[in-house]
Amino acid sequence: MADKKLMKGNEALAEAMIRAGCDAYFGYPITPQSEVLEYLAREATNRTGMVVLQAESEVAAVNMIYGAAGAGARVMTTSSSPGMSLMMEGVSYIASAELPCLFANVNRGGPGLGTIQPSQADYFQSVKGGGHGDYKMFVLAPSSVQEMVDFVKLGFDVADKYRTPVMILADGAIGQMMEKVVLFEQMPRPDKNAKTWATTGRADRPVRNYITSLHIQAEKMEEINMRLQAKYRDMEENEVRYQAIDIDDADYILTGFGLGARIAMRAMEMGREKGYKIGLIRPITLFPFPTKIFEEVGSKVKGILDVEMNCGQMVEDVRLSVEGRCPVKFYGRTGGVIPSPEEILEKFEEYFIK
Amino acid sequence: MAKVKGDIVIDLEICKGCELCISVCPEDTLGLGNKINVKGYRYIAKVNDNCTGCSNCAIICPDSVFTVYRMKLN
Amino acid sequence: MTENLIIQEDNLVWNKPSTLLDVPMHYCPGCGHSTVHRILMEVVEELGIADRTIGVAPVGCSVFAYHYLNVDMQQAAHGRACAVATGIKRVHPDKIVFTYQGDGDLAAIGTAETIHAANRGENITVIFINNGIYGMTSGQMAPTSLAGMQTTTSPFGRDVQTMGYPMKISEMLAMLPGVSFVTRQAVHKPALVRKAKKSIRQALEYNIKGMGFSLVEIVSNCPSNLKMTPIESNIFVENKMIPFYELGDIKVPSEVL
Repeated sequence: MADKKLMKGNEALAEAMIRAGCDAYFGYPITPQSEVLEYLAREATNRTGMVVLQAESEVAAVNMIYGAAGAGARVMTTSSSPGMSLMMEGVSYIASAELPCLFANVNRGGPGLGTIQPSQADYFQSVKGGGHGDYKMFVLAPSSVQEMVDFVKLGFDVADKYRTPVMILADGAIGQMMEKVVLFEQMPRPDKNAKTWATTGRADRPVRNYITSLHIQAEKMEEINMRLQAKYRDMEENEVRYQAIDIDDADYILTGFGLGARIAMRAMEMGREKGYKIGLIRPITLFPFPTKIFEEVGSKVKGILDVEMNCGQMVEDVRLSVEGRCPVKFYGRTGGVIPSPEEILEKFEEYFIK
Repeated sequence: MAKVKGDIVIDLEICKGCELCISVCPEDTLGLGNKINVKGYRYIAKVNDNCTGCSNCAIICPDSVFTVYRMKLN
Repeated sequence: MTENLIIQEDNLVWNKPSTLLDVPMHYCPGCGHSTVHRILMEVVEELGIADRTIGVAPVGCSVFAYHYLNVDMQQAAHGRACAVATGIKRVHPDKIVFTYQGDGDLAAIGTAETIHAANRGENITVIFINNGIYGMTSGQMAPTSLAGMQTTTSPFGRDVQTMGYPMKISEMLAMLPGVSFVTRQAVHKPALVRKAKKSIRQALEYNIKGMGFSLVEIVSNCPSNLKMTPIESNIFVENKMIPFYELGDIKVPSEVL
């Protein structure tokens, strides 16, 4: 019988890691997500023998992830914006060496040391690549504590299926708020030796395995890139996820991800009460981006308003998908300020009604 | 002390002509040949037959060029 | 023709270890890296641990070690070898994990990872090649470059006032309780190669016994970037580097004493 609990987002993330059979967590304290490491330190090791290690920096943590993932283990790390920036070199190496692992960024206001309030300003860093080279992370954007739990399980599966780094792009609010969650059953810790490509020790293999992202010949490096790009096309084909509400009869669409979309949903309901036919599209996978649904609605509605807690990032991908079929407007609050449904509706009316 | 006789096999394509082995051979058996291998290095050759199979050359050689044999003569 | 009599299977006294792959090494003629690769793999073969050893080679001339060492290997980002090794060891506590790092990797960009792996007493063995220069990027100053030493980034000689002093990182690491064994060896003479091999064996034996962090520093040469012949570069090691980086055991586990 699945458990039902009232949990804080960060702790739900940690609980989900334990239940998903995670082998190791390497992390570093940073507000607003230190509860993940604290929770795991209390709970994880005696329940499943999972390794929980506080590294000396996020740079070290992401490289511990690289080593353990390359050795076949199911591994995850979490951080927040400035810490995630330090992990970007590691992410590029991990993507190139095709190592399955899971990240969560509990996004806080930036840039720089910024603030500890929630923000969505790391969209570009997660989706467009904060590290060097042509690579992509599979990016999931939770808008509830329940999705924090579900996306850990989903994230590990996608990571293993595609041998890729997966990012859960949450934010400080979802990390800190408490909500009811239904927790999945405890899963066994997967067999590391099942990953025959991993460096688990040669055992009876005649020739050693090796993990690398170094390819001195350009043609070979291009070959690696083509393999990665094929993987990303495959994801775009088969792994897109989004939520659509009341879009069939909609004249206008509100869109956003994570917390931004949740607030926009309230603005949509208020708009409906005033007689505006508004629908909502909430991308759940930020990469692969739900391009098709935006193509469809773009030719049917009079306008789209994108709402984010940043200065306008996902709006670019919305525009790329809509390709001018209808106007795409943007409204955002940033620096850690959370927009209210009222101001969103006001902006909607300003753009489209008045 | 039973007299010993040694001999070495030189993997001439691997040798990089670094000459580190020449100075460590107690019998001065090694010297740089004047032919070059596929990589263009002048490779090592035996210049006398006094090898005792002591393995100094193999131990100092960075590239494992030598295989060393030794036999007791009675 | 007496040679064939001698060159017989049962007269064999020395050959290349089976744990080295049959791939010519890219290192420059006379470079100590190749020698250390070999003695490391000789020890791995003699201890019979090739099947459960995992190595980490970060950026530096030895980043290609996985082409030569027939043990499972991971290439690591510059400076991150000890973190990568920590990750491997923590999820494979039964495996023997080592890193093979240069002086730039271990004592410059990777100082934090090295010191904290040591401070955690991570049960890994670090093979540390100190040739006092950045080899792969062709000749820049390293943290272990000697005072006054000329490199491409200290063209007028290393000025310790502005560029810092040559770093004795092994002595620094030896102070940490988590560190069980620290030794400094060399490979520019057969006797020294034999001694270095013995030290590597000692380190791996402590590793197998789970006695914490072990470090074998090898003071070595870099003929190409010192613009010397292999023999001259070894004389440089002997006359210039070793007086500053004295050879010998710096820390030995207490129970063994």
